[in-house]
Amino acid sequence: MLSDPTTLTLAKLSELLKKRQISSEDLVNTFLEKIESQNPNINAYITVDKAGAIKAAKDADARLDAKQGEALTGIPIGVKDLFCTKGLLTTCASKILHNFIPPYESTVTSRLKAAGAVVLGKTNMDEFAMGSSNETSHFGVVKNPWDHSRIPGGSSGGSAAAVSASLCSATIGTDTGGSIRQPAALTGITGFKPTYGRVSRFGMIAFASSLDQAGPMTKTAQDSALMLQTMAGHDAKDATSINAPVPDYMASLNDGLKGRKIGIPAEYFASGLSQDVATVIEEAKKQFTDLGAELVPVSLPTTKHAIPTYYILAPAEASSNLARYDGVRFGYRCEDPQDIKDLYFRTRAEGFGSEVKRRIMLGTYVLSSGYYDAYYLKAQKVRRLIADDFKAAFAKVDLLLAPTTPDTAFKLGAKTDDPVQMYLSDIFTINVNLAGLPAISIPCGFDKTNLPIGLQLIGRPLDESGILSAAHAYQQATDWHTRSPIL
Amino acid sequence: MSINADTVKHVANLARLNISDDEVESHTNQLSQILGLMDQLNSLPTDNVEPMTHAVDMLMPAREDVVVNGDSREILLNCAPDSEDGHFRVPKIIE
Amino acid sequence: MPIDPNYETVIGLEVHSQLRTKSKIFCGCPNKYGSDANTQICHVCAGFPGVLPVMNREMVNMAIKTGLAINGQIRKLSVFSRKNYFYPDSPTGYQISQYDLPIVEHGELFIDLPDEPKKRIGVTRIHMEVDAGKSIHEGIVGASWVDLNRVGTPLLEIVSEPDMRCSEDAGAYLKKLRAIVRFLDVCDGNMEEGSFRCDANVSVRRYGAEKFGTRAELKNLNSIRNVMRAIDFEVDRQIDLIESGEEVVQETRLWDANKNISRSMRSKEDAHDYRYFPEPDLPPLTIEQSQIDALNATLPELPDAMAQRFQDEMGLSEYDAGVLTACREMSTYFEEANQVVSEAGKKNAKATANWVTGELLGRLNKEGLEIDSSPVSAQNLGKLVALIQTGEISGKIAKKVFTHMFDDGGDPQTIVAEKGLKQVTDSSSITAEVEKVLEAHPDQVEQYRGGKTQILGFLVGKVMQATRGKANPAMVNTVLKEKLG
Repeated sequence: MLSDPTTLTLAKLSELLKKRQISSEDLVNTFLEKIESQNPNINAYITVDKAGAIKAAKDADARLDAKQGEALTGIPIGVKDLFCTKGLLTTCASKILHNFIPPYESTVTSRLKAAGAVVLGKTNMDEFAMGSSNETSHFGVVKNPWDHSRIPGGSSGGSAAAVSASLCSATIGTDTGGSIRQPAALTGITGFKPTYGRVSRFGMIAFASSLDQAGPMTKTAQDSALMLQTMAGHDAKDATSINAPVPDYMASLNDGLKGRKIGIPAEYFASGLSQDVATVIEEAKKQFTDLGAELVPVSLPTTKHAIPTYYILAPAEASSNLARYDGVRFGYRCEDPQDIKDLYFRTRAEGFGSEVKRRIMLGTYVLSSGYYDAYYLKAQKVRRLIADDFKAAFAKVDLLLAPTTPDTAFKLGAKTDDPVQMYLSDIFTINVNLAGLPAISIPCGFDKTNLPIGLQLIGRPLDESGILSAAHAYQQATDWHTRSPIL
Repeated sequence: MSINADTVKHVANLARLNISDDEVESHTNQLSQILGLMDQLNSLPTDNVEPMTHAVDMLMPAREDVVVNGDSREILLNCAPDSEDGHFRVPKIIE
Repeated sequence: MPIDPNYETVIGLEVHSQLRTKSKIFCGCPNKYGSDANTQICHVCAGFPGVLPVMNREMVNMAIKTGLAINGQIRKLSVFSRKNYFYPDSPTGYQISQYDLPIVEHGELFIDLPDEPKKRIGVTRIHMEVDAGKSIHEGIVGASWVDLNRVGTPLLEIVSEPDMRCSEDAGAYLKKLRAIVRFLDVCDGNMEEGSFRCDANVSVRRYGAEKFGTRAELKNLNSIRNVMRAIDFEVDRQIDLIESGEEVVQETRLWDANKNISRSMRSKEDAHDYRYFPEPDLPPLTIEQSQIDALNATLPELPDAMAQRFQDEMGLSEYDAGVLTACREMSTYFEEANQVVSEAGKKNAKATANWVTGELLGRLNKEGLEIDSSPVSAQNLGKLVALIQTGEISGKIAKKVFTHMFDDGGDPQTIVAEKGLKQVTDSSSITAEVEKVLEAHPDQVEQYRGGKTQILGFLVGKVMQATRGKANPAMVNTVLKEKLG
């Protein structure tokens, strides 16, 4: 028996499972025990599905015994609690869905399950994925495994913390304005947001439909490649899903960095970047050059307008997406509603948390009569300019390299009373969502207080392979991704 | 751009959210701050820019006109806070 | 209805036409009317968390066909938007509809009015949208029920220009539009069941005024008759208001068909603010010219063209041609019946048309039946008309035979044979009957011979009576004249 299999990469576990040197059931039990002891400190999971996981592990073992396993068969994963899982509580970390058991399955989880992945449970998140710190969850804050007094980032904070603390092998998260990459950076893991439309949104509870995208959160780029291979692909149930073949990500993983042009966008290195992050990213840039990449200065001049643009568009879509939570067909209903109006007003006021309500208000306002052109239409136009910036840059370079966040994880509660400060911390991630591009965050060092720092590689539309191979090359040459917090 | 309490109440009504007087005040302050952030967009000329509604340029796919779903009334009503005789039940709707 | 000649009425109509696709617009639930509550819903149409809409191809085809049928321009790029409002029968809290870029624009149709040339009515736009469910209030204590079966039914909203000037125009517009969607087989046009719904925008202005008056929107109009009545009521109401120095307010009014009045719907405390924005779950809809051409090639003969053909080739009146092309079932019935008559070697479309529009429709109306549930088949009606044309029975007898056919079924030949209704054309038996009648009425014979020839009709009548209508009237005439010298 291995000493602690939970800290191994997904790729390694997959190998051990296939060789039958470990059984999925033993592995799952080990993870479940660890969750039991560690989750109370971190609060990464909202729901742990012990019985379901053990049953799935047994099925996976049978499949592996019959030599019919795939890369993910028997691998224990966590699922952000906004993917609908049939028969398993799906809350979106909201009181309004505190009792919602979907009678259907999201396309992503159904593909992962079909590949034999074992769902250990549903991971914590900011309520309806609205937040950058995982402090808006109805089920409590998630703590950063590196420092329990700090935030893990958000909105996929539970997913990030679970991977970071080795409470599962990999998780799936969603990224609307940085919700995979930012918590990945702040917890020292690899988080990958694919091109908008690469992964189906069906069964993924919507925050902002034109920005939401699911992706893997793992220990390494290689693990992300293995996860994405199964998650990606066209889905007839999602009209915005891209109908293009999914390349073999593993086949190109070792393509290396030689001869590749990597753009360094000036705007991401301007004011606001902390000294520690700046220093670490400089080191990383040098590493990329050493590996054969050519660094090219580029400009994305509209970057500074991304925050207002995003905080108009995302809340606008959210205000409409969240209209269905009305206490009629599912979820929370207020006590003893007097009439239909009372049902709506109280159910929604009691069921949604304050950040969600703030964004519903904001989104309703910017769409309302008299303000649409000034805010919503204007933001859609600026969105075009932001996307055009990237297009121009990618005419010159293959990838862009930038910090994922301006700073490392802040203290719990530090920004909860100041939404504007909270929103401003998304500055390096939201541009990518507005443009629909793929981007990965990988660990690249630590600040003086031993908090992880992430760097971001942004690629052309559908160039997930190029991003993964670049990140893999960097991880082959560095060991930042192998560091784990001491629990 | 700052907004006043009446606008906040109007928006809360459109969004079907009960808000207390305290909340009206905090929403007024916070939304005004956030909208202040938005105003910087006015400095950017966008006259001939085509609005971007989707992240990726794509065309509407369509499905064939075939019935694939059976009756899932009981399954869906099971999720409902209140149901009666095959219906979702809500407080009396007064037109 | 007498209307103040100093005022001009301006009417625009919005029609919601439910399309006859097999499945709903955005999911694979069946699209049909009349099932038990909530038995044709799924998590997609019921607006559960995380679900997404996927467009039904046939819906788009039907919208394009309808657009082509009214000479509309088909937009190569159209966009779906969300119309946001809360109501329990709208599960997502928004309706997916088309807003600024609808699929069809700039159409027209021509309405038929008695004794007037055809009149052109502009169709501003046709857009696609999704129907809502139903809330049930009556008979439920302390609650309302929500039935979502209808949610996701594909709708076309067809918006006319304000080109109509009286309720008759509106009635004729609805009849023509209904005929078109029925000919296209995209909608069953049933106003009572709500598959073809109409809201009317009505205003009045003094003749010569340039600006339109303030309009009222009339709802709950579930038949063409109610649309016309509600318009007439509204016109009178608005003129009365103006005449008494009051103002017409812009409002929505509900028609009460039982009381023949409309009442104002209390304006909602919050004015509607639908916060339209482009539907992020659906990319823009593009349509290739080749798709439009292919659909154009499949268009059936439409009511106007068919009515013209009936007039040109068959010599029917404009009125009859209009009635017979009111729906596809009607024109099909007529053409089938007429085919039988022609095959009997006695082409007479006018006679067939008279029988369909007169006897048959009269009886169907009385029984509350539609043409497609007529107990008398087109074949049998054609045979009946043929029997008259070949002289085997008289028109009068034919009416009796028709009644048998309608009430008890059967084909006309059998009925004629079984009931002994065949016209007597045998001259010896007619001569015998004539002789009996002349013998019994010597006074009338005397009068005739004295020059009062109009008495002949009386004598013909007596012979027909004696033969219980079966004698061939022309032969009776000839024999009588012969005998009377």
